[in-house]
Amino acid sequence: MSDTGFTVPAAAPPASTSPVKANAPRGWSRFFHWMVEANVVMVTALAIFSGLFVGAVLIIATQANVLHAWSLLFSHPGTTVSVTFFTVGDAYRDLFTGSLGDPFVIGHAIATGHGWGQALTPLSETLLYASPLCVAGLAVGLGFRTGMFNIGGQGQLIAGAMAASYVGFEIDPPAIIHVPLCILAGFAGGAVAGFIPGFLKARTGAHEVIVTIMLNYVFLNLLVLALTTQPFQQPHQANAVGRTIFGSAELPHIFGQNLRVNVGVFIAIACALGVSWLLRRGTLGFGFRVVGANQDAAKVAGINVRRATILVLVISGGLAGLAGMISLCGSDYFLSAGYGGTVGFDCITVALLGRNRPIGIVLGSLLFAALNVGGRYMQASTGIPLDLASVIQAIIVFFVATPGLVNEVYRLRGMNVGQGLLTRGWAA
Amino acid sequence: MKLELSGITKTFGSLVADDHVDLTVEPGEIHALLGENGAGKTTLMNVLFGLMHPDSGDIALDGEVVHFPDPGAAVRHGIGMVHQHFMLVPVFTVAENVVLGFEPTRHFGLLDRRRARADIHRISQEFGLEVDPDALVEDLPVGVQQRVEILKALSRDAQLLILDEPTSVLTPNETEALFAIMRSLVVSGRSILFITHKLKEVLAVADRITVMRAGAVIGTTTSQATTESELASMMVGRSVELVVHKEPARPGEVVLAVEDLTVEDARGLTVVDHVSFEVRGGEILALAGVQGNGQTEIEEALCGLIEVAAGRITLLGRDITRATPKARLRAGIAHVPEDRIRDGLVTSMTIADNLILDVFDVAPHARLGARNLREVACSGKERMSDFDIRAGSVDVLVSTLSGGNQQKVIVARELSRQTTLLVAAQPTRGLDVGSIEYVHRRIVEVRDRGAAVVIISSELDEVLALGDRIAVIYRGAIMDVVGPSVGRERIGLLMAGVTGDGAASSQTGVETGQ
Ligand SMILES: Nc1ncnc2c1ncn2[C@@H]1O[C@H](COP(=O)(O)OP(=O)(O)OP(=O)(O)O)[C@@H](O)[C@H]1O
Ligand SMILES: [Mg+2]
Repeated sequence: MSDTGFTVPAAAPPASTSPVKANAPRGWSRFFHWMVEANVVMVTALAIFSGLFVGAVLIIATQANVLHAWSLLFSHPGTTVSVTFFTVGDAYRDLFTGSLGDPFVIGHAIATGHGWGQALTPLSETLLYASPLCVAGLAVGLGFRTGMFNIGGQGQLIAGAMAASYVGFEIDPPAIIHVPLCILAGFAGGAVAGFIPGFLKARTGAHEVIVTIMLNYVFLNLLVLALTTQPFQQPHQANAVGRTIFGSAELPHIFGQNLRVNVGVFIAIACALGVSWLLRRGTLGFGFRVVGANQDAAKVAGINVRRATILVLVISGGLAGLAGMISLCGSDYFLSAGYGGTVGFDCITVALLGRNRPIGIVLGSLLFAALNVGGRYMQASTGIPLDLASVIQAIIVFFVATPGLVNEVYRLRGMNVGQGLLTRGWAA
Repeated sequence: MKLELSGITKTFGSLVADDHVDLTVEPGEIHALLGENGAGKTTLMNVLFGLMHPDSGDIALDGEVVHFPDPGAAVRHGIGMVHQHFMLVPVFTVAENVVLGFEPTRHFGLLDRRRARADIHRISQEFGLEVDPDALVEDLPVGVQQRVEILKALSRDAQLLILDEPTSVLTPNETEALFAIMRSLVVSGRSILFITHKLKEVLAVADRITVMRAGAVIGTTTSQATTESELASMMVGRSVELVVHKEPARPGEVVLAVEDLTVEDARGLTVVDHVSFEVRGGEILALAGVQGNGQTEIEEALCGLIEVAAGRITLLGRDITRATPKARLRAGIAHVPEDRIRDGLVTSMTIADNLILDVFDVAPHARLGARNLREVACSGKERMSDFDIRAGSVDVLVSTLSGGNQQKVIVARELSRQTTLLVAAQPTRGLDVGSIEYVHRRIVEVRDRGAAVVIISSELDEVLALGDRIAVIYRGAIMDVVGPSVGRERIGLLMAGVTGDGAASSQTGVETGQ
C-alpha cells in the first residue's frame, strides 16, 4: 500500500480480526448475567421500595390519627414523627407477619416444638393464594413470549374449573386416580377454551385479544347458566352454587389438615419448570418463539405457523384451566358464580411483574399473594383497608413494567433498562 | 457543506465498532466509504446522523462543532440519511412515509395529502425516481422501497447526504440514474457520503475514497489513483480474487424441473407466465433479470411460499408443486431468501439460533423434542468461523450484527446443509468483496458436490461469475437461456426485454420469450 494514492494514518490496525467479546456465560451464571444485564434485581427492588413508599404516604394521608398528629407538627413535632412512624410501621409489620409469619411466633414454635400450625398459617395461606396465580401467570407469560396476547385467562380458568369440578363430583374413584383425572380435566377444559381463539386466529386471522376477551364473558355466563341447571347445580339449592366435589378429588394438604397449603404448590412448580423447559429447550417452544418473533421467517424456515398459533393458545389456555382446577380442588371445592374472581386478570399483572419469565412469574405470584394475604391481615388488625395493599401492588407493577421510569426516578446510570418488556406491539 | 469527523470512537460493551475515526468530506464532493462487513461504517454514519452518541470525538460542519442529540437535529443541520435497512412504516403510503416527521399540515393539524403528493411528484420528476405516492410501502418490492428512502432524504433538502449501501437493491439502470442524481447534487455544492461494497461503483462515481477496517481508517485515496484490486486488498488486508475460478459444469441427471409455472399476484395479475426450465445436478442456473420481473415469485414458488396458479414443479422426479415448505426443506431444498430481515432471520434471537432456524428440530440439534443447546452453540461457533461472521459470540443477537454479517448468517445456514437443490436469491447482497469471494466459492462447491443450484440475481457480475447457464427473465417470462460467454451487453439487452436479433420488443417480449 506504500507507493499508491493512499494517505495512511499513523496507526493502521493489523489485518482483519474484529475485537471479540469475552465468551458469554452459561447455566446459572448465565441466568445471573441476564439478571444483572437486564438490571432486573435493581429495578424490582426499587419498584417494591417505591410501592411501599407511596403506600406509606397514603397511610399518612388517609389515617385520621396520623393526620391529626401532622396538625401538631409545629407544636409537638415529636408526636407527629412518632405517630407517623408507628402507624406506618405497624401497618407494614402486619403486612409482613400476615403473609410470611410472625418471627416471634415462629421462634416460639422452634423453641418449644409447639404452635407450628399458628406459626405457619400465614405462609400456608400465601402459598395457597400464589399457586393458581402462578400457573395462570405462566399461561399469560407463555403467550407473551411467543407473541400471543392471551387475555382470556378468566374464561379459560372457568372452563378448567368447570371441567375439574364435573370430574370431581360426578365420579368417585380413589384419590390416587381421582386427583390426576381432575388435573387432566382442568387442563383439558382450559385447552378447549384456548383452542377457540387459536383456531380462529389461525384460520381467519381474528385477533386473539378480542376473541379471548369476548370469550371471558361467554364463559362467565356459561358458568352461571350451568350453576342453575343440572348436573352442576348443588341439589336443593335455588342459588347459583355448584356441587361439592368428592373428598377423593381434593388436592391433598402438604402439612396436615390445619394448614391449607396443598399439592397445588407442586403443580405450580412443575408448570414453571415445564414452561421454562419448553421455552429454553423444547423444539416446540423454539418454534413458538420464532413464530412469535417473525412469522415470515418462520414460514420460510418450514415452521407450520397455524399449528404453532393454535398450540400456543391451547397450552396457554390449558395452564389457565389448570389454575382454575388448583383453586377448585385445592381450597374452594365447589363452583360459584363469577368463579376465579380477579385471578384471570391478576395473572396478567403477575406475568408483567415476572417479565414473562417462569422464575420471575413464580416470584411475582409470591409477591402478589403475600401482599394480598398480608393486606387482609393488615386490614383486620389495623383497620387500614385492603385497597391500600392493592395500591402498593399496582405501583410495584407500574414501576417494574416501565424500567425506564425507575431509571428516570432513581437515575440509574449505565444501566440497560430502556428495553420495554413486551418485545412486540399489539398488532402481533 | 464541509464535514469533519475527528477522533470518533463508538463501543458496544467491549466491542470497539469505531476507533478514533477521522474523516473529512469537502463541499461538492462524493466521498465513498469502503470497508469489510462489520468495519464500522454504518455505526459511524449512525453517529453522524444522531442515531447513536459517540463515546468520544467531534463532528464539525463547516468548521463548527455540532452535537446531534437525535436525528431531527441532524436533519435540521442539513444532513440526510438513507439507511442500509429501510426505516419506513410498512402500513403507510409512500407519500405518508416521505413526509413523516415533517408533515405539511392544513388547519387543525390535518395532513395535507395533496401537497405531500405534489411534493413527491415534483421530486421524483426532478430526479427520475418513479414511485406511486399512494402505494402502500409494504406492497412495494425492495428496490422501490429503496427509492422511497432516497426520495425521503431528498425531500428534506439535505446538504450532506449519507447513502448507506443504496445500490445493493437497485438495478443497473436505477444505479446509473442514482449516480446521475448524485453528480447533479454535488454540482450544487452538496456533499455525499456513499457506502458501498461495489468497487466498480466507487471508481465510477466517487471523488475520494476512504477505506476502513476493524473500526479504524486505513487510508484515503482518490478514484484516479487506485484500482479495484488495490481497494479490495486494502479492505480485506489480503489479496482477493474478484472472479471465482470454477471448473466447467458436469451436469448429471435432472434435479429440478419446472413446467409451465404460472403465478398470479393478489390482484390476479400474472407475474410468472408459463415458465419452464430444468436444472441438472452439478450445474448452476442463474436467473437474471431486473428486480420485479417475476424472479421473486419463482423463488417463492420453488420453496412453497406462495400458491401456484398452474404448472408443475418436480424435484428428482417427485411432484412437489403443493408440498409444504417443511417437506421441501426435508427433501433437500436450501433457500437463501431475498429479503434477509423479513424472511431469513429472527433478529431478536441469537446467531446460534438463527444458524439452525430451519433445522432446529432435527438431529443433531434436537432429539425427541429437546434441543441440544450445546450442539447448537458448537456448530454455531464452527459456522461463525467458517463464514467469518464478525461478532462477539454465538449468543449475540442478530439485530446487533452489521448488514453483511446478517447476510452471512443466512448463507452459512443454508450452505452448510445437505442439499439437492439450492435456491439462492441475491446471495451476496451487502457482502464485502472478501466475503463474496468466499460465498461464491462455497456455492460452486455445493454444485460440485452434485446439487442443482438456482441463483437469482440482479447483479450481472454475479450472474456471469456463477451461472453455467443463464436464463434471462423479463415480465414474468424467460426471454432466453444463454451461456455466460455471450457477454454483458447481450444479457443486459435481454434483461431490458430486447431479444437476440436486437429488435426492440419490450411490448411483445412475453410472447417471444418462450
Ligand atoms: N447496537 C449494537 N449493539 C452491539 N453491537 C453492534 C451494534 N451495532 C453494531 N454493532 C457491531 O459493531 C460492528 C460494526 O457494525 P457496522 O454495522 O457499523 O458495520 P458495517 O461496516 O456497516 O458493516 P456492513 O458492511 O456489513 O454493513 C459490528 O461488529 C456490529 O456487530
Ligand atoms: Mg453497514
